[in-house]
Amino acid sequence: MDLKLRVWRQKGAGDKGRMVTYQVTGISPDASFLEMLDVLNEKLILDGDDPIAFDHDCREGICGMCGMMINGVAHGPERATTTCQLHMRHFADGDTIDIEPWRAAAFPVVKDLVVDRSAFDRVIQAGGYITAPTGAAPDAHATPVPKADADAAFEAATCIGCGACVAACPNGSSMLFTAAKVAHLGLLPQGQPERGTRVVEMIEAQDAEGFGGCTNAGECTAVCPKGIPLSLIGRLNADYRANLLA
Amino acid sequence: MNTTARPKAPGAKVPKRRSRTRSTVALKLLMAVTGLLLVAFLFAHMAGNLKIFVGAESFDHYAHWLRDLGTPLLPETWFLWIQRLGLLAAVAGHIAAATILARRARRARPVRYAHRPRVQGSYAARTMRWGGVIVVLFVIYHILDLTTGHLNPIGDKQHPYANVVADFAPERWYVTLFYVVAVVAVGLHLRHGLWSAARTLGQRTVAGERLVKAAALVLSVVLVAGYLSVPFAVTTGLVK
Repeated sequence: MDLKLRVWRQKGAGDKGRMVTYQVTGISPDASFLEMLDVLNEKLILDGDDPIAFDHDCREGICGMCGMMINGVAHGPERATTTCQLHMRHFADGDTIDIEPWRAAAFPVVKDLVVDRSAFDRVIQAGGYITAPTGAAPDAHATPVPKADADAAFEAATCIGCGACVAACPNGSSMLFTAAKVAHLGLLPQGQPERGTRVVEMIEAQDAEGFGGCTNAGECTAVCPKGIPLSLIGRLNADYRANLLA
Repeated sequence: MNTTARPKAPGAKVPKRRSRTRSTVALKLLMAVTGLLLVAFLFAHMAGNLKIFVGAESFDHYAHWLRDLGTPLLPETWFLWIQRLGLLAAVAGHIAAATILARRARRARPVRYAHRPRVQGSYAARTMRWGGVIVVLFVIYHILDLTTGHLNPIGDKQHPYANVVADFAPERWYVTLFYVVAVVAVGLHLRHGLWSAARTLGQRTVAGERLVKAAALVLSVVLVAGYLSVPFAVTTGLVK
């Protein structure tokens, strides 16, 4: 496959940045999107150019490191798929592909396609934890969890914190991320002690990081590589309302 | 005295903490509550409008009754003014919260995407802000037209039926057009707004989401049809 890529190049935080056009040739349709970029980078290195910086780690869709806007869609055209699991067979020979970093004030560009997602860590630090009793391991069935709750909590817990929800949101909001964290802990008995303070503190942290507010547009859930449902935002809102004046 | 504060890296962002009632979610709650209040008013207003199909006497009698509402507990027109102040407060709160949230959203994405197709969002969801602006401009015109009578060709407060009929006369097609545009804008606003308000107030199940979205669509269509029936009836000569 021969492709024309237009890639966001930015030397660092202080650089203004620009779209740069590259031609890549002989790409296998079975290559992943990141492998396609690897091929381009090897060529750039051999040519003495600066390779394109992008985040990646596990390359099996579970770490949440990779992520870029591909033709304006977070993680590209395939639903519920991370960039590393997106394969070139979903593109046509001769396509032009635009590649941009996540765009959000809270996710400043470090270099090229790499953004700093530490803001998510600070939102987690504000309340995304439980008071875990330390000491000997408790009996496995000491705290029964209804199956439906366990399943719903697990679905929320599949969030990998990649930031696609923020990148896709017209308001640059991280509500789907925060809602997933609030739901996955709030649905389980172990998450109840902090349930009230968690939601308030995490929203406070999210606002402080400069994320926008939710307008229920649903762009986030459409691009989420883990298919986190939009309904979790309603759960967050209900928890927040119950604790707003508490 | 805070002597143990962590040293900040140079250029590190110092997060600004807001009071709880100014949080994005609290502002959305304010928008949901004020919005639902305004929708309730819209349905009551629509019910009153439809009395035009009963006849001039019935319509005018209804309009005068609005002034007597609340008597003898309250002096005449007091209820009307309390309601107006309540609506004004709701509109002010709704717009203020929307403005703050829109500005925060703008700041949240300082650099725009070079390539940005629509993925999901409905037309109604995308036009909430500008649609709201159209609606508020219309409301100002509408009050000057049919409440105070300044912009009405007749402007006779004793005979609101005649004012309405004069308003939507076929030769004043531009007034009717503005009315239609505004009512459709309200319909679109509510199609997304009603379900969004439910979600903000805590609607959280997937089945409930389908139900609320369907209800939002039905209520919006009913409202648009109810409001448009009056100018269409006048323009086509059904009501004269």
